[in-house]
Amino acid sequence: MYQYNHGNELLELTKKYNLPISQIVILEENERTGMPTEEIFKKMEENLLVMRESIEKGLNEDIVSVSGLSRGDAKKLYERVTIGNTLSGETIAKAVASALAVTEVNASMGKIVAAPTAGSSGVIPGALVTIGRKFGKSNSEMTKALFTASGIGVIIAKNATLAGAEGGCQAEVGSASAMAAAALVELIGGTAEECFNAASFAIMNLLGLVCDPVAGLVEVPCEKRNAIGTTNAIICADLALAGMESIIPFDEVVDAMYRVGRSIPCALRETAEGGLAKTPTGIKLKDKIFGK
Amino acid sequence: MRNYSVFDILGPIMIGPSSSHTAGAARIGKIAKKIVDGKIISVEFILYESFAHTYKGHGTDKALLAGILGLEPDDERLPNSFEIAKSMGVDFSFIESDQEAPHPNTVRMIIKNDKGEINNIVGCSIGGGNVVLKEINGISVELTGEYETLITNHIDKPGIIASVTKVLANNQINIAYMRVYRHSKGDNAIMIIESDQSIPEQAKLEIQNIQGINKAIIINTI
Repeated sequence: MYQYNHGNELLELTKKYNLPISQIVILEENERTGMPTEEIFKKMEENLLVMRESIEKGLNEDIVSVSGLSRGDAKKLYERVTIGNTLSGETIAKAVASALAVTEVNASMGKIVAAPTAGSSGVIPGALVTIGRKFGKSNSEMTKALFTASGIGVIIAKNATLAGAEGGCQAEVGSASAMAAAALVELIGGTAEECFNAASFAIMNLLGLVCDPVAGLVEVPCEKRNAIGTTNAIICADLALAGMESIIPFDEVVDAMYRVGRSIPCALRETAEGGLAKTPTGIKLKDKIFGK
Repeated sequence: MRNYSVFDILGPIMIGPSSSHTAGAARIGKIAKKIVDGKIISVEFILYESFAHTYKGHGTDKALLAGILGLEPDDERLPNSFEIAKSMGVDFSFIESDQEAPHPNTVRMIIKNDKGEINNIVGCSIGGGNVVLKEINGISVELTGEYETLITNHIDKPGIIASVTKVLANNQINIAYMRVYRHSKGDNAIMIIESDQSIPEQAKLEIQNIQGINKAIIINTI
């Protein structure tokens, strides 16, 4: 009854039942698994709580990653936010600091929620918690928005990929950014169409982004790409809420992302055989970390 | 088209940095621990391919050991597993192999228990925190831990499978997947049954008492 494979199907369901994306996604989960909706909601709320904890930890503690490649960047930026000294403004800078916080907690063997992957785990919490706080949204409202994000993620997983090894960074941070953008739109009270427009913009803006992690670790350039994915999500939500429509429909954008992913050479799909990973400095760092 | 749960997309909750090299590694260790009887006294981890090349930066070693100690993939003590193992008196070592493996993220675990028994288990981390055990004591298997799983070690002879499935049927347990493996005809065999319902302890005991069954263990969904 609530099953959907494509964006247009999910959109139809929201119209048919006059419900937001988040509710259809919850009902579909309930229909497929038999898990009661309250339990499904509670489980998602746990994800939100872990996201919030990882933000707090990363913003306030001096974190050093296992490899030593990244240390304390979130805290540095957050300090500039606190004294009101940012070029991008309080909201964007806070969202970016929060996203960096999660990725740094991840790189230091801390607890995070894969969203949709560990490498892109900063985008959704950074964007959602920051905007949620700014507009005084409750945990319950933010949890609902996480279902909206999941619905978008499910469609991408079914029709394209969420794995950097298959689709490059566009499939990880790009997907996370699309999921976050749709979540923000529903959180602020936008329509289902606007959610899909925001998600389409987010993927289009990051189309072609390669996956080239230095030393094969989820740190450089992954953490800063989470920063850009977060910013992109907020901007794309604003575009959609202003009434801009995606000329290319969401399902076609997802399909394009998949085709682009397949045509990215293997060296730029998480193998650490190309891009930044193969710069002289990238190679030197790899040898240093792994003691070759 | 494969179905995805919303929690496949947002989740798992895990200790970073990598779902395959950290969370998956911890899950492999955790399943292996359940297969071993009694107290584990030592583990030798032989790492292959990507696991061998990048385990230090991903904390794969700490995660594998944490799993063997029974820690969950989201347990914040995971980075301290070396210290915890030492305090529990569990010896451990890591060996980098240059041989090929069934999957880029593969580990062989040689686990000794306090009864002097040795278990030799091969596991692969296949992405997104999902894992598959490929070998248990020389017998090729496919074990994912995604379902409630019953594993029996039995003698390859007629009637054993029927007796086991009868116990499950009597307990209203539906079998989702089932596979049987053996060394050779009439020799040691392994049966892996993945079920939709949880298997009660009493059903496990009944199965264990079937003649020809050497051992039955249950691995809860992880």
